[in-house]
Amino acid sequence: MYGRALKPLALATAAGAALAFGLIFFYAPLDADQGFIQKIFYLHVPMAIVALLGFLAGGVMAAMHLRTRRRAWDMRSYVAIHLSIILAVGVLVTGSIWAKASWGHWWVWDEPMLVSFLIIFLLYAVYQPLRFSIDDPERQARYASVFAISGAAFTVLNFVAVRMAATYTHPRVFSQTGGNMPPAMFLTFLVALGAMALVFVTLWTLELGSKNAAERLRRARRHLQREADGREAGLGGEAGRPRPAAGAPAAVSVSAASAPTPAPR
Amino acid sequence: MPAIPLETAGIYVAAAYIVFLALVLVYVAIIGRKVGRLERELGELEQLGGEPSRDRQR
Repeated sequence: MYGRALKPLALATAAGAALAFGLIFFYAPLDADQGFIQKIFYLHVPMAIVALLGFLAGGVMAAMHLRTRRRAWDMRSYVAIHLSIILAVGVLVTGSIWAKASWGHWWVWDEPMLVSFLIIFLLYAVYQPLRFSIDDPERQARYASVFAISGAAFTVLNFVAVRMAATYTHPRVFSQTGGNMPPAMFLTFLVALGAMALVFVTLWTLELGSKNAAERLRRARRHLQREADGREAGLGGEAGRPRPAAGAPAAVSVSAASAPTPAPR
Repeated sequence: MPAIPLETAGIYVAAAYIVFLALVLVYVAIIGRKVGRLERELGELEQLGGEPSRDRQR
């Protein structure tokens, strides 16, 4: 399912990224205040928005998992959060680079937007250790879902709290009066945001495809194991089993099938 | 704050975009390797054991 969607998604992502890069460097005007350094805005802000939306999507999918008890929703939630954590690393690094160029400091601790994003990142950094510290798959999925829902609620609260904060060094892109930028910049920003969303969806589909393949592999192993067990039982165990020829594939396959399967990561 | 010179700004901008590209490429490479390994193992198992495909199971 995921493999089929991957090709058109990858093509759309490549086209979107190329268009976004073109608009950023050849169409969008230079910022009168910051000059060329403002080009980081078209990468940093879409990445932050998509990362936060990814955390929210992870929470919604986790809620679907708790509601339907289908493991597929848990896996979708896990992959969305995993990807959002990676994007959040990118947000923190690109934000620091921009801060150094623009403010002269890599990090400003009294800035609510920066610190709140760091808190969200650190919160979700706990997600994977928590998840993989639980061995039982059912409990693992359930606890991870509860965490994902709580994290999503915290993300929304945090965002609202920061918007209400009085002091503001970090620029506010969107306010109640509009985008606070000329149309050429706004269009470029929207294209960059769309391209970033496509990158997220494509990578999400790619990783889910990989998880799907791992699941099929586990099924094949279980199937082989059952077949081998059935053969052994039907033929009366070791004494009645016909001896396979040296290097026969059946013996190889069964031993390969009984190898322990690692937890999905 | 006055805009910093283009040469200096260019380095910062390039650094930010390279960080993003590196993140995506490393991620894709890791997942790609994993998918390749899984598909290979799956193919071997299916060949050896005759695992019915999903379509046939339905």
